[in-house]
Amino acid sequence: MLTLPKPVHDRMVAHCLTGLPDEACGLLAGDLETGEAATCYPTRNLAASAKLYTVDPKEHLRADRDAEANGHSMIGVFHSHTHTEAYPSPADVAQAPDPGWHYVLVSLRDIEPVVRSYRIVDGSITEEPVRVQPR
Amino acid sequence: MSVNVNLPTVLRSHAGGAKTVATEGTTVGEVLRSLEQEHPGLAGQVINGDGTLHKFVNVYLNDDDVRYLSGQDTPVAATDELSILPAVAGGAFADRAHQLR
Repeated sequence: MLTLPKPVHDRMVAHCLTGLPDEACGLLAGDLETGEAATCYPTRNLAASAKLYTVDPKEHLRADRDAEANGHSMIGVFHSHTHTEAYPSPADVAQAPDPGWHYVLVSLRDIEPVVRSYRIVDGSITEEPVRVQPR
Repeated sequence: MSVNVNLPTVLRSHAGGAKTVATEGTTVGEVLRSLEQEHPGLAGQVINGDGTLHKFVNVYLNDDDVRYLSGQDTPVAATDELSILPAVAGGAFADRAHQLR
């Protein structure tokens, strides 16, 4: 399960909406053991595309240092699908870098953004529940 | 000479869960090779069989991607820090191809 404190969830969704018409992306830091996110790091989409995303590696490095300095680990990545459902594409699966990570998809296809999360291990996709924790 | 190497979460299991490992070497390549000797399987995730850097991995010397320095020939000093991070990318583009099939 992935737990997103409401401010983290809201920041992530807002970054995805701001990125339109392109896909938006960012990283989530927190506790790998419990799947609780503590911080959302919105990053630039270097691909600047409605169909592709690449997390800006320099921003990834900065986010990683900040997370570690705060006692957190990188626990996952989020990105938006602008016109398709919140389900990992073959490209997402092929390029998933870490079987321990949470892969969060934010679909902006419908009026209300849809947030779903997956584990991707050896190319196989498993959906997991997302709990948004109110403050 | 010993240099600190920061490992991404995906590689920590190769180093007993350590986030940072001190490794010997005077160039980026030497550091990666001694990393492989000390933690078998680790550098194999970073460098290809032919010795080139894996396409989906970025290696930083302090703040700089070593690809924009001298790659694995980049000299390292004891005060330097190497960071290994996965390239994070993907996208929906293949969804459309899938739908068209």
